[in-house]
Amino acid sequence: MNLKRRYMRDRLMLILIVLASLVVLTPLLIVLWYVASQGISALNIDFFTKDLGSPTRAQFGQATGLAQAIAGTFVIDMTALLMAVPVGIGAGMMLAEYKEHPLNPLLRVLNDTMNGMPAILKGLLIFTLVVRPSGTFSGFAGSLALGIVMLPIIARATEGALTLVPWSIREAGLALGLPRWRVILAAVLPVARPGLVTGVLIAFARAAGEAAPLLLTSLGNNFLPRNPWNPLEYLTKAADTLPQRLYSLAVSPYQQWHAMGWAAGIILLLLVIVVFLVGRWLTRRNH
Amino acid sequence: MARAGNKAQATARTCKEPDLRLTTRTGGRIGDKAFLTILTIFGLSVVAIAVLMAWTLGRDATEPIQRFGFFGFLTGTRWDPVSGNFGAWPFVLGTLVTSVAALALSFLPALGLAILSAEYAPKWIATIVDYIVDLLAAIPSVVLGIWGILVLAPTLRDNVYRPIYEWAATNAPSQVGWLGNPTGYGLVTATLVLALMIVPYTTALARDAIRLVPSEQREAAWGLGATRWEVLRMAVLPYARGGIAAGAVLSFGRALGETMAVAMLIGNSSRLPLTLFGPASSMPSVIVNEFREAVDALHLSSLMAIGFYLFIISLVVNLGAAWIQRRLVPGNAGL
Repeated sequence: MNLKRRYMRDRLMLILIVLASLVVLTPLLIVLWYVASQGISALNIDFFTKDLGSPTRAQFGQATGLAQAIAGTFVIDMTALLMAVPVGIGAGMMLAEYKEHPLNPLLRVLNDTMNGMPAILKGLLIFTLVVRPSGTFSGFAGSLALGIVMLPIIARATEGALTLVPWSIREAGLALGLPRWRVILAAVLPVARPGLVTGVLIAFARAAGEAAPLLLTSLGNNFLPRNPWNPLEYLTKAADTLPQRLYSLAVSPYQQWHAMGWAAGIILLLLVIVVFLVGRWLTRRNH
Repeated sequence: MARAGNKAQATARTCKEPDLRLTTRTGGRIGDKAFLTILTIFGLSVVAIAVLMAWTLGRDATEPIQRFGFFGFLTGTRWDPVSGNFGAWPFVLGTLVTSVAALALSFLPALGLAILSAEYAPKWIATIVDYIVDLLAAIPSVVLGIWGILVLAPTLRDNVYRPIYEWAATNAPSQVGWLGNPTGYGLVTATLVLALMIVPYTTALARDAIRLVPSEQREAAWGLGATRWEVLRMAVLPYARGGIAAGAVLSFGRALGETMAVAMLIGNSSRLPLTLFGPASSMPSVIVNEFREAVDALHLSSLMAIGFYLFIISLVVNLGAAWIQRRLVPGNAGL
């Protein structure tokens, strides 16, 4: 065939591919740059030490911050992690180590489906199961919803990490006379640990950015609790979190609150990026 | 497997390593049973969450479904909390239109970037691009949302929507109807941000699918004298087709359920989305916007019913992706 035309087409496609890549990367990098530049100029000490209060506070130039959202995010996300990690790793172990178990095909399909389910439905579920019966929005309901966001990601990552462990390690353990559970906990788990940690971190990063389920469960709160160092104050009452607060600030009509929204954005972004990079770094180091 | 374990334990009894003391026959058996029981409980809780979700949403959705009918509620075009008339079609349509358009906009660029990092780029560039893509996929949607609401929407309104609208108003007044009110918050803005949101996700999944193509496949095409593009088109892409398609469907599923960015940008109107620039709503955005203000029981259960339909749609999309993965990915057919 016409060689020249084939080469021309090859060139053309390369140019198109590079162009497509630029089309993808440029706007997203612009967003990152925008959030960073707008956010940094809105950050100051008050942002971390004061709570938000009523809109008039910002309008009259008094000191406001998002201390209540930062503390609430910390408490709610950590509680969610504490609940999701054992269950997720357990379910992942079940999938990877007991492949013959009759529950597994159903578990795998449902786990993947739950992973793809919109987060807002997880919020609706907790609203019906926890918020409505208990009669109050609470931080704990929020962490339950976030836990459900994390759970399938952790289970999937655990299954993947355990499957990568060579079968010979299990055989070595069994040959030493270890029962199956000891083989899993003492021989397989340590080998798979970096993969597990990465999975947990990615799940955390994903859940830390979710606002929709929190709007229906922990609702939001402009003020720090009376005793800001007591985690129960956040878990038992309506509590603030960064993503949900960012949403409320962005849709509010106040200029000062928009600036605080950018600041919340950069904090949230940094949180997600740091957690994510640590996770990636762990996987890289171990391959 | 279990029998092999027991035999191994019999040997272990003579061994004096302290670590192995738990491996006497009964200890191992009880331990194994207890361990598996715990794992089964954890596994069952994942199953239970999925079942509970279907059940609670279905239960709460019964009232509007009984009143308006299963398809009547789905296709009802009026959503009017004041007169107690609820139909989900404006939101279903808003969700489908924005998600399909976002996927259509983002698919080819995403595929281009995936091909670049998996096939063309040298290793070090590919590593950097992979990092960036994975990082972009992790950007919380509210962060994209605040950029959209404070930067993108006003910019588009002043530089794109309004000039087009004004031009149409003077030159083709009959066309103004479907352009819609150029406030900046509407279908097009929401679609653009949605496309930005899912593009790293599509890219990552397509890239992984392309990486899975065995190198023999490429070498065979190279050996026949194919150019680089021909290798891609004839050997690599057909092989990765299933993975890429499944990835696109998963991205579509993600776009369907995306709540915050859409809620911030779509304008939130409960009318049918028949205009390009005008406000609309999607299923997740109407839930999050009206949920906390729904005082009327029927209004609340209608929002729950929208959640129920969203659940069904997501379920179908996710199972579809799994099915494509199983059917179209070579070497995966037996799984």
